[in-house]
Amino acid sequence: MATTVPKIKFREPQIEMAHGAGGKASRRLVEGLFVPLLFEPASGPLGDAAHIQINGTRIAMTTDAFVVNPLRFPGGSIGDLAINGTVNDLAVSGARAEAIVITFVLEAGLPTDILEDEVRAIANAAVQAGVRIAGGDTKVVEHGKADRMYITTTGIGRLIPGVTISPQSVKPGDRILLSGPIGDHGVTILLARGELDLEAEVKSDTRSVLPMVESTVRAAGSGIRWMRDPTRGGVATSLNELARDCGLGIVLREDCVPVRDAVRGACELLGLDPLHIANEGQFLAVVARDQSDAALAALRATPGGAEARMIGEVREQPAETVLAATSYGGSRVVDMLVGDPLPRIC
Amino acid sequence: MCLAIPGKIVEFDLQNPQLAMVDVVGVRRKVDLGLLQDDPLQAGDWVLIHVGFAMSKISEADAADQMRTLAILGEKEAAMEEVRGYGLENESSPGGTRGFVS
Amino acid sequence: MRFVDEFRSPELIGKAGEEIRRLADPRRHYRIMEVCGGHTHAIYRFGLKDLLPSNVELIHGPGCPVCVLPMGRIDDGLSLTEHPDFIFAAFGDMMRVPGTHGSPLERKARGMDVRIVYSPADALKLARCNPQRHVVFFAIGFETTAPSTALTIMRAKTEGVRNFSVFCNHVTIIPAIRAILDSPDMRLDGFVGPGHVSTVIGCRPYEWIAKDEGKPVVVSGFEPLDILQSIVMLLRQLRDGEAHVENQYKRVVPWEGNRAALRAMAEVFELRPYFEWRGLGFISQSALKIRAAFAEWDSEQRFSVPGIRVTDPKAAQCGEVLKGVLKPSQCKLFARECTPEQPIGALMVSSEGSCAAYYNYQHHKPVTIANAAAD
Repeated sequence: MATTVPKIKFREPQIEMAHGAGGKASRRLVEGLFVPLLFEPASGPLGDAAHIQINGTRIAMTTDAFVVNPLRFPGGSIGDLAINGTVNDLAVSGARAEAIVITFVLEAGLPTDILEDEVRAIANAAVQAGVRIAGGDTKVVEHGKADRMYITTTGIGRLIPGVTISPQSVKPGDRILLSGPIGDHGVTILLARGELDLEAEVKSDTRSVLPMVESTVRAAGSGIRWMRDPTRGGVATSLNELARDCGLGIVLREDCVPVRDAVRGACELLGLDPLHIANEGQFLAVVARDQSDAALAALRATPGGAEARMIGEVREQPAETVLAATSYGGSRVVDMLVGDPLPRIC
Repeated sequence: MCLAIPGKIVEFDLQNPQLAMVDVVGVRRKVDLGLLQDDPLQAGDWVLIHVGFAMSKISEADAADQMRTLAILGEKEAAMEEVRGYGLENESSPGGTRGFVS
Repeated sequence: MRFVDEFRSPELIGKAGEEIRRLADPRRHYRIMEVCGGHTHAIYRFGLKDLLPSNVELIHGPGCPVCVLPMGRIDDGLSLTEHPDFIFAAFGDMMRVPGTHGSPLERKARGMDVRIVYSPADALKLARCNPQRHVVFFAIGFETTAPSTALTIMRAKTEGVRNFSVFCNHVTIIPAIRAILDSPDMRLDGFVGPGHVSTVIGCRPYEWIAKDEGKPVVVSGFEPLDILQSIVMLLRQLRDGEAHVENQYKRVVPWEGNRAALRAMAEVFELRPYFEWRGLGFISQSALKIRAAFAEWDSEQRFSVPGIRVTDPKAAQCGEVLKGVLKPSQCKLFARECTPEQPIGALMVSSEGSCAAYYNYQHHKPVTIANAAAD
């Protein structure tokens, strides 16, 4: 029996923060170490959730880890991220979350009232999102580890009929929808850390995108080729992954990408690009051209989707590249970052 | 070296008049006005901010002037070309060492 | 955003583009250098090259204070803060720049206390909040940033904050421009001058470029309209055979500069007899050091640094790219051994380094908006 020896391409001597940032370094780690060792060669591109066949039924399954500092921030907390993030991963894979199991890794010395706040947040978020908590686990580690609290989740869900996500089905001419303004979450966290001494009326956009996904599917399900929630690494990373997975090019219309004023102001001050900043309550969808207007209209009519925009389209060339075009004819490549976006002064 | 953003002075720090709260489309930061101590500043003035320090007071008049010039870009040139075509050489550009010339 | 959005008006940008095409003599090939890395970044970010005719070429200059720092200085700075009693504070721009034993972020991953600050004032605040630790602020930048460091040092002295010192790597722009003009491989027609440096030093320091070298200089802002208008002004001078200094960025740049900023710099800093610039070699009177009166706030006078010179790998052509002699893509290591993920030289790490800008933003054919999606 012939066995193929998995080829490890990840050669870096140690793990850096960049490996968790969702950008190029993360990709290298996943594609160079995890994929060769853990996945069967023919698995195809990795998505937000896995769709597995058990006893003739397909279910969706996803897992996620939540590591955020500070634990509470304007707009939500780690508990909200845990539930909404899991529901969203399932939603953009075309599934409705049914149940979530949660693990808490708690740092010894964590005040119980903080833990209780998070458990309440999780309970509320689960009710809002229409998902039940089916179980969980707890570990406690020594003081100094676990940054007060880490949460991991595993969610399972039922496939939403009428939509099949496949990057290979993306075609030139397809259009790209974005559910709402970008950059809110990442900028909120950056400011909430307090190191930059900036005040702004920004808050995290953490929420379940399932209602918006469902109404988009109802309006244009057969035309939806691909969806993703642009979390760490932002819209730029998600679209770059798509471009590579489908082998086509993407052109964004810069002035169509919605960004709130305060987020824009913070990004200009710090030299950050909103396209690289994490979101926790938005999703991207690639929709066939002739159904894209219906999809956008449905999205905008859904509570929470009023600010949805069509932000670009798929093209044959330049292949595997994301471009942002200005309204005066200039364009630039929008690449994935190596690690987290860093403020700059130059 | 070069990232500097315009912001509006909202209010001065009561304890330290060299510091002021400056607003950039809703984002606020305490900015040090120490490099503009020779200039009279008041709330509502716009300043250019770099690494948390105000570098220069922004001249609204010069900005408006520039916009006007940009709006007619090309038109004056075209007019001047016509004039040159008549052989009238007395149209002298006052040179550029004192600021920009349209 | 006021004073920003107006200078991004698509209609006016279109007009400025047309004016450039009208002015550019098809028989000439114009080589214009933008000195400042911030302009390099803006040119790529706004896709301005797409708006220029093919005979107007923009050459990227050495005005990137991160790019010109020799690796030895990064090693020196990091060596100061190896002890757990120390905190290394620097701008985000510095965090991924490779030192011999890793970049600041890599050192952070291995246990060094490394903090990103937006302002030198934030580094001083860190010192006030951590009285048991010593904060070393790794200062970089041209004359735009040096006055802020100077004021911060003055404030530290006035307040008696003793657990704070600055590792000073401020450099000055004029010697860099001189090095470019002295370079025999360089043929340039004019300069887009550094707008924010000029808010401090004013426009006079560039007069020798026009008078002695016969090249026009237009001090420019950073929005698309600013840069395009500056190119218009340069092309006009070149058409008329003129060479003088003009101030396009009048709304912000005073001709005489900022006296208070220059005073602060003069009080705290003096010129080093010479300083090594990555790619340009040793240049005299080109960098700032902290005066003896503020010795207590000078990391180099308080502590000892190894001061070992680290030369770039032979294959790396950072110097020629810095001077604009080579395009980034012409360096043998570009996009092969040297990428933003594994940078060899600082030009690939710094967001305004020409190699990073080229790699990240390298433009394709202009995209017509008519067939790009719109609502």
